[in-house]
Amino acid sequence: MSVIIILVIVGIIVAGGFLLGFIWAVRNGQYDDMYSPGVRVLFEDPGKPDPEEQIPDSTKGKEKTTISDK
Amino acid sequence: MGAPCVHCGEDCGSHPVIWDDKPFCCHGCSTVYQILNQNKLDKYYEIQPMAGIKVDRVESGNKYAYLDNEEIAGKLLTFSDGNIHVVNLFVPTIHCASCIWLLENLHTLDAGVIQSSVNFPRKQVSITFNSDEITLRQLVELLVSIHYVPEITLDQLDKKDTLNSSRSLLLKIGIAGFSFMNVMLYNFPEYLPGGDQLGNLFTGFFGFMSFILALPVVFYGANDYYLSAVKGLKHKIVNIDVPITLGIFTLFLQSTYEIVTLQGIGYMDSLIGLVFFLLIGKWYQGKTYQALSFERNYKSYFPVAVSLVTENGEESIPLSNLKQGDRMIIRNQELIPADATLLSGKANIDYSFVTGESIPVEKKEGAMIFAGGRQVGSAIELEVVNKVEQSYLTQLWNQDKSGKKTDNKLTTVVDNVSHYFTIIILSIATFAGIYWLINDPSLALFAFTSVLIIACPCALALTVPFTFGSTMRVFGRAGFYLKNTGVIENLRKTDAIVFDKTGTITLSRSMDIGFVGEELTPKERLMVKALASQSSHPLSVSIKDSIAGQPEWEVENYQEIPSLGITGIVDGVRINLGSKKFVTGKTDEDANASHVYCFIDNRIAGHFRIANSYRKGLPEVINELQKKHELYLLSGDNESERENLLPVFGHNDRLKFNQSPQDKMDFITKLKSEGKRVMMIGDGLNDAGALMESDVGLTIADDIYSFSPACDGIIESKKFNKLPDFFHFSGLAMRVVVISFIISFLYNVVGLYFAVQGNLSPIIAAILMPISSVTVVAFATLSIEHLSKKSKL
Repeated sequence: MSVIIILVIVGIIVAGGFLLGFIWAVRNGQYDDMYSPGVRVLFEDPGKPDPEEQIPDSTKGKEKTTISDK
Repeated sequence: MGAPCVHCGEDCGSHPVIWDDKPFCCHGCSTVYQILNQNKLDKYYEIQPMAGIKVDRVESGNKYAYLDNEEIAGKLLTFSDGNIHVVNLFVPTIHCASCIWLLENLHTLDAGVIQSSVNFPRKQVSITFNSDEITLRQLVELLVSIHYVPEITLDQLDKKDTLNSSRSLLLKIGIAGFSFMNVMLYNFPEYLPGGDQLGNLFTGFFGFMSFILALPVVFYGANDYYLSAVKGLKHKIVNIDVPITLGIFTLFLQSTYEIVTLQGIGYMDSLIGLVFFLLIGKWYQGKTYQALSFERNYKSYFPVAVSLVTENGEESIPLSNLKQGDRMIIRNQELIPADATLLSGKANIDYSFVTGESIPVEKKEGAMIFAGGRQVGSAIELEVVNKVEQSYLTQLWNQDKSGKKTDNKLTTVVDNVSHYFTIIILSIATFAGIYWLINDPSLALFAFTSVLIIACPCALALTVPFTFGSTMRVFGRAGFYLKNTGVIENLRKTDAIVFDKTGTITLSRSMDIGFVGEELTPKERLMVKALASQSSHPLSVSIKDSIAGQPEWEVENYQEIPSLGITGIVDGVRINLGSKKFVTGKTDEDANASHVYCFIDNRIAGHFRIANSYRKGLPEVINELQKKHELYLLSGDNESERENLLPVFGHNDRLKFNQSPQDKMDFITKLKSEGKRVMMIGDGLNDAGALMESDVGLTIADDIYSFSPACDGIIESKKFNKLPDFFHFSGLAMRVVVISFIISFLYNVVGLYFAVQGNLSPIIAAILMPISSVTVVAFATLSIEHLSKKSKL
């Protein structure tokens, strides 16, 4: 029966991990805007549109970074 | 009717601007299309067809010159490191997926932009840029060139983000939820048959874990409730947070005692559950309209900077640095930020912000011009008499603010109920305690705390957030946006409604225009439009808007004679538009409606009669509201409309004309001192004082994201006819609250039945508390949804 104590401790550590993940996500600003990320994911990567077409150099290879407030 | 504009979707009329074989309504729209096309950003039109924004007037080139001023730029930037800067700009016109896509691809348009991201609900774009390649001014002008005009006001310069409060609420919910789930698990064995035989090891261990997990919830998660309770008690109000605080602490102390003495594992699950539900309620209620601003003051209206005449020529300085004696230049359509005297130039001041009257007033050199006026016409030079904070207009506003604070808001129903609730619960607890003290002293303290524990007004506290929170969403869907849920209750309580006239019950833009005299041919009408388009005078604009089609002539020899009229040659024909004196030479003025005489093709064809046009459904709205409310009308205009309005309103003495902003405010104060609960409906700065003074101030707006004075609610102008429905619905919502109260009282009676007998066990608390909360929440939200469908809101 006393294995329950170990299970409870393991359980709280796992759940605590998720809690920390949530706290990180909130502080990171991921809950500030619930609309645009869903739309944004549908846009094509601006780094590589049609390969034949010549686009201004400045946009080439520029990776899209996710929102962050840092 | 022409084809819809490829850029903005508006009707192009009979002469669209053609570019790339596509129709556009105006040159502005086609220019944006060209910019996007050249930069391979035409996908903009694929994501959301006709996503563009139409901008009527392209501002003069120097408008954003002030952004070159380091002090102002520094205030706008949120982050700077070397030549890398981050700026957050509020762009009210962000509305769809295309907007997000384009604004986040700004780096394609200019290499200086490193990264940009959109916060959709706040309608903000955060741009990281390299100042070696693009200055802040160029960046803003780039946004303007694609018709995403950012709104930069003094207000934004001064205050920083309020994001943190909503984030901390989310954190609290997360922590409370985490603790709730775990503690429920620990307490569950206790509730099963034979749970009391777990033995000291498990009871002690589970109790200890519950205690640890409860600590962050009690001392971090719920701290807002303690603060609010203390604040309420300081003002001698027993608000709902007082019994909540009482309940939380009794639960915590009683449970800690039981855990420490190994009697059991206490009520920690109920305690944490209570806090968790309360926080959820708060979150539901607090989800407000982030992009709308209800707290604007004069700073939102005033420009950020002014152009000064100095020894070194013209210079742009921040408004806060403006001193007495400075000489400033105000151009066409710019706002005068401080009281000043006119030094040179032709001043034609449009005081519509201050008085509601949109027809400009002519001023002579040396005349005093008050802050808040807008110059129409050529640039003028002024000498500052009073600093910005001391001008007549800002004084009026500041005065209100101090007045409002001493004046208590209407007490809310939940505060009233909780006042009696607390007293009753405390007396029941005391009686139960005394009873057991006489009969069985060992149970006395337990009975006392049990009553406080079980009567904790969780369900009571959740009723209002969920009922009014849902109501607010229903209203929001219907085009009526409230500052907070408290407004719903006040809405129902009002018994007097004061309307502003111009812009509130009349349409601010479109006028009722008729032509009296010979009928003009279609070609002549277009020629008149061509001439009228040259002037920015409100009457010219009205005439221009009333004539359909797109004239294709240039106007030659155009001349504008202030306060008389305009003249010019269109397609070889001289046309004069203006006052009777100007066109006909006769001087007998008729003061009533505005008449614009028209001289065309060597004859006086007749005159345009321009009158206010009232909002659709006005008589119905007034009739409906009149049943339960006293209605008043305040107008800054002259008496000319009295005869038209009298049949609608009925009472002659309730129509007041020639009211200054101060008069309006005093009128509201007078009504309030008569014991009335006053609602004010207005639209402009001239109503700002009255809106603040009233119990409920509503603003009516064509575009809810643009200028609106500080208020409690914003109503979309096309939903004006729904106003009585909103009143009716707030009454229904109130009824739902009352029924929910009754439900939660019934649960309390059951709980108290156990508590006074001194046999409240953790399991009863653990069952009763969540059930009562869930019932109340479900009842409140579902009935509001049902009612909204029934009343078609």
